[in-house]
Amino acid sequence: MKLRYIGLRLVKTLLVTVVVVLLSFFLIHAVPGDAATVMAGQAGYADETYMKNLRAEYGLDQPLPVQLWAYVGRVAHGDLGTSFVRREKVLSIIMERLPNTLLLDAFALLAAAAGGITLGAMAARRPGSAGDSAVTTLAMLFYAVPQFWLGMMMVLVFAVWLNWLPPFGIETMGADYTGLARIADVAQHIILPGVTLALYFLAFYARLTRTAMIEVATLDFVKTARAKGISERQVQRRHVLRNALIPLVTYAGLQASILVGGSVLVENVFSWPGIGTLAYQAVQARDNPLLLGIFIVSSVLVCLFNLVTDIAYSLVDPRVELSS
Amino acid sequence: MSFAARFFSRPATLFGFVVFAAIVTIALAAPLLFAHGPMAIVGMPLRPPGPGLLAGSDVIGRDMAVGLAYGARISLLVGVASTCCAVGIGVLLGAVAGYYGGLVDDLLMQITEFFQIIPAFMLAMVLVAFLQPSLSSTVIGITLITWPQVARVVRGQFLSLRSREFVEAARVLGMSDARIIFTQVLPNALPPIVVISSMMVGNAILTESALSFLGLGDPDLLSWGTMIGSSRVAMWVAWWTTVLPGVCIMVTVLAVNFIGDGLNDALNPRRGC
Repeated sequence: MKLRYIGLRLVKTLLVTVVVVLLSFFLIHAVPGDAATVMAGQAGYADETYMKNLRAEYGLDQPLPVQLWAYVGRVAHGDLGTSFVRREKVLSIIMERLPNTLLLDAFALLAAAAGGITLGAMAARRPGSAGDSAVTTLAMLFYAVPQFWLGMMMVLVFAVWLNWLPPFGIETMGADYTGLARIADVAQHIILPGVTLALYFLAFYARLTRTAMIEVATLDFVKTARAKGISERQVQRRHVLRNALIPLVTYAGLQASILVGGSVLVENVFSWPGIGTLAYQAVQARDNPLLLGIFIVSSVLVCLFNLVTDIAYSLVDPRVELSS
Repeated sequence: MSFAARFFSRPATLFGFVVFAAIVTIALAAPLLFAHGPMAIVGMPLRPPGPGLLAGSDVIGRDMAVGLAYGARISLLVGVASTCCAVGIGVLLGAVAGYYGGLVDDLLMQITEFFQIIPAFMLAMVLVAFLQPSLSSTVIGITLITWPQVARVVRGQFLSLRSREFVEAARVLGMSDARIIFTQVLPNALPPIVVISSMMVGNAILTESALSFLGLGDPDLLSWGTMIGSSRVAMWVAWWTTVLPGVCIMVTVLAVNFIGDGLNDALNPRRGC
């Protein structure tokens, strides 16, 4: 049963990937002019035969279905094309930057989960109290703040005015630290962008935990636990909180896509050398193959993350069945 | 209690409504309030706020106050226009899927799930970049990534309403499907649609500002996000160039969200606060 569920999820992931690739192909051809006009523009030179040769070289003179088939084949082999600007393979450019983005995203998600669950649990203990309304108000604020602007304000306060933390980059340039010193250096650099990215999710987790805990607290098994004479602390921790965390896991997959969007912006504010800054550079330079490559790779990653959380969830919670 | 009384019973909602009305007024009256347009260079760059230059001047000497007032127009326009488009598409497809069920429904659900999984902001970014940045491509981009949310809600409503007695009665009376959908079911499905739309306006304003910040805004217009993006270099020396537009975005989105919360409470009295 579980195997079939996992198989179905795998097929679905594959399908989403195929649709993303089709969408990318469609976008390439929705733009006025083709790759040949762009390349000719960059060469600053274009006569009829030159364009014709270029189109023949890149297969742009073939009928669309043939081009589509070739494109899908190339992507399936991991060939996302060549960057117009950097003249390198798109995939290798992305892979070089990807670990930095993953590091930042993982830091942000973990920080948000730790902070959000703690705040939510505190708020749920006394609904309506000052602490509870503080959490609700903070959540409301973080929903309304543009993330990139919040990042800039963090730079202004913690880097410019207070001079506590480094504002840009992933490590001190030219310092060439190694070993532990390097880790400490990166850790210092990750705090501002990581916290900026985390705050939105922290607000989300806090609200989710709060609501779920208040709801679970009214259920029968909690009353039973209390009736058995278990201490309130134990009831909250082992009975209420544990069960209230289930919706958090369900939403984890859905959040990956918001996380990617957020990290594009936050990376740019803090010049974090991940795929988000790369996407910005691609937009600025009109480097369409690179931009699409980033879109495809990040979609695939989000899909895989969804797949993993779904499978983990189905293994952890026996109630999840083949329904979807 | 009447709808209006319930709506305004919360101070936050009233606050949101007043602030929103003020922002709309400033946006509409911008050409009357200022002699110059937002692009006009009025003096030295990076002058701090003071008499004559209420909000200071930006990196090339434009009056920030004028830019902020005109920026409200773009934010509101994009927020409302993209929400209208998304609601239009979402209601139509969601209604058809929920009312008829079957294959159409399956297909629509797959599509909405697809949009939930892929990185939506990235898609909007790619789309706007490919269509060339302009006001309309921003609206198209935001519409594309938000309509599935509406479709999902509408579909759920139609699914639960379609077998109710008043719908059966309408069918017995010989009403056409289109007439049942629009005159019988849709009015009953409206409350959650209104609530989700009001939430979407705020999110659309945030997305617009993010796109403009990344340089994907209309190059001929000065939106709040564009102002922040273009003053990044001056952030260290001239805080007002980045702080003020951001405060404008935050206040506008907060006001819209407060109105949304108020609508939610007023339309679902059973759920309470």
